[in-house]
Amino acid sequence: MILVVSLLVLVMLLAAIAAFFFKDLMSAVIAACMVSLIASILFYFLQAPDVAMAEASIGAALVTAVFIVAIRRTERYEK
Amino acid sequence: MDIIGTVVTGIGVAFLFLGNLGVLRLPDVYNRIQAGTKCTTLGAFLTIIGVGIMEPIWFWKALLIALFVLVTNPISSHAIARASRKSGVSLCKQSVVDKSEDFDDFGENA
Amino acid sequence: MSETTVLVFLAVICTGIFICFLRMLKGPTASDRAVAVDTMTTTVVALLVFLGFVFQRYVYLDVALVYSLLAFLGLVAIARFLEGGI
Repeated sequence: MILVVSLLVLVMLLAAIAAFFFKDLMSAVIAACMVSLIASILFYFLQAPDVAMAEASIGAALVTAVFIVAIRRTERYEK
Repeated sequence: MDIIGTVVTGIGVAFLFLGNLGVLRLPDVYNRIQAGTKCTTLGAFLTIIGVGIMEPIWFWKALLIALFVLVTNPISSHAIARASRKSGVSLCKQSVVDKSEDFDDFGENA
Repeated sequence: MSETTVLVFLAVICTGIFICFLRMLKGPTASDRAVAVDTMTTTVVALLVFLGFVFQRYVYLDVALVYSLLAFLGLVAIARFLEGGI
């Protein structure tokens, strides 16, 4: 079980680092979506289903939509 | 009942793994959508139904989750396929035919 | 369901999640990454239901219910952005 959790933590950290390094901000938003997806599973492993539910609804749907509206107002590619 | 549920869950997990492997291995966005959505929908459906078989009290809630997966997954895959076709992602080299070139406006003005 | 079977299933599903992450890292265009997240979402819903079975908690299925209903909204927003909508 500990190996499974370690693999998920590794994926989450690497996705966060990838979101930092992407030049295309759309890809960075997708990587941030993946980070919140795996954070939700980790809360689930820590026996906190209510936090996992809030993380799922806010992180996957709301934050992504807000970021996309922000990118639409500004520009997509980082210089 | 436990053995049946384990077998159904095992088939579902195998389909999930094959779908994920197809997302990594296939050469094209559209092929990846094909693998990653159809295969994974069947895998998630079988896994959730298998859990519902193993715990008979949970069956109706598991069936509800499986129906939600079955409804919402084609919506997102269709949206992504349409978006990648409209944003000009090209097909892979082995592709034979592209019928969507005939419908450049995708039926919006037709 | 024995302990070993549970561990094997969890390991296979998490390896699938890692494979999806590799595609998200590699993918040439933004559409590839969106496809990877879409596949990962469905895998995660199955994983949540299976973990609810492993922990033997009925309440944990609610998380999977909310997730299967809400996760596609973000993907539809991403797709609408990519095709030039919103």
